[in-house]
Amino acid sequence: MSLLIHLAWTFALLSILAVGGGTAVLPEMQAILAHQFGIDHTQFVHIYSIGQLAPGPNMLMVLVIGYQIAGLFGAGVVLLSFFLPSSLMCFYMGRLWNRFGESPWRRSIQNALEPISIGLMSSGVYAVAKASVVSSITLVLALVTLYLILRIKINPVLVILGSGGFGALLMAYLN
Amino acid sequence: MSSQLPVNTQLAKSPDLVDLFIQFLTIGAISFGGGIIAYERILLVEKRKWLSADEFMAYLAISQTMPGLNSVNMAVLAGDHLRGVLGAVIATLGLILPGSIFVLGIGLIYANAGDHPSINWILGGIAAAATGLLAAITYKIGDTHWRHVKSLAIIICTFVLMSIFKLSLPYVILIMAPISIYLYRPGQPQ
Repeated sequence: MSLLIHLAWTFALLSILAVGGGTAVLPEMQAILAHQFGIDHTQFVHIYSIGQLAPGPNMLMVLVIGYQIAGLFGAGVVLLSFFLPSSLMCFYMGRLWNRFGESPWRRSIQNALEPISIGLMSSGVYAVAKASVVSSITLVLALVTLYLILRIKINPVLVILGSGGFGALLMAYLN
Repeated sequence: MSSQLPVNTQLAKSPDLVDLFIQFLTIGAISFGGGIIAYERILLVEKRKWLSADEFMAYLAISQTMPGLNSVNMAVLAGDHLRGVLGAVIATLGLILPGSIFVLGIGLIYANAGDHPSINWILGGIAAAATGLLAAITYKIGDTHWRHVKSLAIIICTFVLMSIFKLSLPYVILIMAPISIYLYRPGQPQ
């Protein structure tokens, strides 16, 4: 029981800290999980990758973390504590925002927040890259994906699955 | 001055909850990683015209600056906009349901076979490609901001505070928001 409460508290805190999307709390999450819940670095990167493979929001991988730590109940607790606090905050912020109406300040604030969001997303890319681009092969796979997505109208799922298969083949061959 | 009414003149009628659920369930089932925002934009702005492009950008800005996942926050805001509290709950549930089931299924397999070396290689390749995908999406969402000096300066400062100085997120926001709002205060050229 105390394990579930500890899990709920940890992920609720991460939820509220996740400004700029989930990728921004990845380093913090990884550190907490390693020190307090015994999820090592390799396990964490694996679970993160499972999240990339899944449809929908990629941070749903937190469910696997909850499952690894405390079974199905753990997964449920993590789901609620990671998604509810931030969603409630966003809900009330949205209502407040709509009440501002069309004042010139609303336009100013929106314009001002957009580049900050993009900066935070860039930091997210950087954080994920540090965890996943760990060799020349993974660097090439990341750059090829970037090129394909920007240049060709291709389904990202295909690129990601292809990269998984290709990476496995290449690494198996090189080993 | 503008009227007191919410400004949704060209908006389509409120969708029914079942339609809202199915549309977000579909996005939750076929969208991928950071690309969900793009799918949500196609649904909300282009396919169903539930939001204007400008409203979408406003909600995107809130989604990204409030804590939580951008895509989930967008579902909360759009759901509330269209059908109130219930709409927010329904849209969010639809979005996360397919992925949750998928992730738990794979998680079960991983829990039993995670030691197998080939899993390491496959997941390594997937994670690398996911990084490329996230970079591409960030570039696309940034759009014209990359070419405006003012925007680019704010993007770079935010990135440096966050990733190089490793300030915690709330501090980055507390520092950057007032500066950026000052630079974009009413009456300034874009």
